[in-house]
Amino acid sequence: MAAEQALTVLVAEDGAADRLLLAQIVRRQGHQVFTAENGEQAVALFVERRPQLVLLDALMPVMDGFEAARQIKALAGEALVPIIFLTSLNEEDALVRCLEAGGDDFMAKPYRAVILAAKIRAMDRLRRLQATVLAQRDEITRHHHYLLNEQRVAKAVFDKVAHAGCLAAPNIRYLQSPYALFNGDLLLAAFTPSGDMQVLLGDFTGHGLPAAVGAMPLAEVFYGMTAKGYGLAQTLREMNAKLKRILPVDMFCCALMLNLSVQRGSVEVWNGGMPDGYRLSAGGEVLSALVSRHLPLGVLAPERFDDSTEVLPLAAGERLLLLSDGVLDTADDQERLFGVERLHEVLAGNRDSVRLFDEVMQALERFGGRPRDDISLCDIRMFTADERVPAPMIYAERGRPSPLDWSLGFELRGDSLRRFNPVPYLVQLLQEIHPLRSRTGSLHSVLSELFSNALEHGVLGLDSRLKRDVEGFADYYRERARRLGALADGFVRIDLKVEPHAQGGRLMIEVRDSGAGFDVQQVLSRPAQEQCLSGRGVNLVRRLGSDAQWCEGGRCARVEFVW
Amino acid sequence: MAVETDFSQDGKKLTIKITGRFDFGKHQEFRDAYERQNDQPDSVVVDLKDATYLDSSALGMLLLLRDHAGGDEADVSVIHASSDVRKILAISNFDKLFDIS
Repeated sequence: MAAEQALTVLVAEDGAADRLLLAQIVRRQGHQVFTAENGEQAVALFVERRPQLVLLDALMPVMDGFEAARQIKALAGEALVPIIFLTSLNEEDALVRCLEAGGDDFMAKPYRAVILAAKIRAMDRLRRLQATVLAQRDEITRHHHYLLNEQRVAKAVFDKVAHAGCLAAPNIRYLQSPYALFNGDLLLAAFTPSGDMQVLLGDFTGHGLPAAVGAMPLAEVFYGMTAKGYGLAQTLREMNAKLKRILPVDMFCCALMLNLSVQRGSVEVWNGGMPDGYRLSAGGEVLSALVSRHLPLGVLAPERFDDSTEVLPLAAGERLLLLSDGVLDTADDQERLFGVERLHEVLAGNRDSVRLFDEVMQALERFGGRPRDDISLCDIRMFTADERVPAPMIYAERGRPSPLDWSLGFELRGDSLRRFNPVPYLVQLLQEIHPLRSRTGSLHSVLSELFSNALEHGVLGLDSRLKRDVEGFADYYRERARRLGALADGFVRIDLKVEPHAQGGRLMIEVRDSGAGFDVQQVLSRPAQEQCLSGRGVNLVRRLGSDAQWCEGGRCARVEFVW
Repeated sequence: MAVETDFSQDGKKLTIKITGRFDFGKHQEFRDAYERQNDQPDSVVVDLKDATYLDSSALGMLLLLRDHAGGDEADVSVIHASSDVRKILAISNFDKLFDIS
């Protein structure tokens, strides 16, 4: 215990002899004493001198001790100013009144110095305990304010990064608690230059600042690479490598990433550690679950990371529902979890997928009532080509335009074909042609389309007609992965030629492959609908370029952009 | 004690047994269980027979153990996982890193 401390003590007693005696006893114990003759004087002295402890006679003229105790306690506020009643009253109810008026203890007359000293010490311990508790409470409050302020600032900075994308697009509906970031939840969405929408729902291990720290680099990689037109595999590889490098071993990020392609009528999915997402028909039927097949991001070394994705058909009006484990782990007052089964009941009961989001929220509310602050729920409707948002401009301004008379040949073989997507690099390069910048999206679409045609139908010899129905779709991508894995030789060659032309210029793109070619006349005469679904994308290429043709028996596609 | 350790007779296998919730509250105890050993075991077994619950920070702790035991070369197995615990391990695909039974 701390050394005994001198206190300031107020003694209120109407009997002059008792008052003197008491004051003397207390002074001898080393304390400073103020004296009052009645309750009114006691209250006035309390206001003036703020004593730390009060000895109060119960029965006094003008104002009795009970009233004085009430007023002094009210004036003292949160601080504990112990009041010891001095009383010759012996009836139980009088002693009870002393305590109920705010007294902390009482002492019967005649006074005994030893007992009084002990009581003052005991009251002083309580007083200091209360003071410590109050000081700690204020300290915690102050820290809490700092923390909230830091979070507010960090969130404002993060929002600038995170909302660089298209979460506000009309086909996305989502719920994230305002401070979901500090629970490690992350939702990002952006368009690629060719108008695909990429979405990522992530969940970092842990809470608070550590969980939020990894979100920033992840968002930067996501937006940077999406804007340059990188697909899922490369973006995921980069995010995984970055997180593996910067996060401690026990931290990682569960993530579900999507690429929605209107052009292909498909969604590409990679899920590492997130709960199942769902692919739904417009009528609310569950078409398939988007199951976690991978370790979360940031666990595996880059060379062991698995970027294999699934490609599923997704028509306009069909939807995807994504959720964080906060939804499934919502607990009711008996600590039961909402769980997958209850979610499945909601899914089974749904007849109109537009309403599903609300139905899930209502089910959570009915179930628990206890709102969690780490629920992320996201509903994405497959959009139509007309809804596409214009792609962002991604070039860096460098003053003078580059020369407009050059050519470039780029040939990919063997393992490079498996791993490398040249389109973002080439599009970056073509940004140097300033008059073409407004057509970046078109350039990206055309190059992507021609490159994947050359690879899939040319080098890998896949028949696009496989993709006509849902099973065919899955077969097609399974077969694509198999043949790509087994690929030993073959090439795709891209030639770019830029030359001045009249007042402007001309870009010629040629994409050649080592495949068997195709019957150009026959494919071009197929109905437009079929061409589009089966991925030749011939119409798209024709629409976007100034001129498009196929030659060399279908082994070479040639597209011109003129300005 | 909520985290118990036991060496096999030949000293080559360390068993760490978790009782109750396996979450961040056991962080220090769990680390001590494998860091404060004089001998380096060849293999580590995490026994979850009496573990009632496992959260994502427990997954992180398993990664720390795996890292300590040699990373990709580590021989770490997780045994007696309840069906709920197995589900959590399955969603995160931890069966690709640990031998789970």
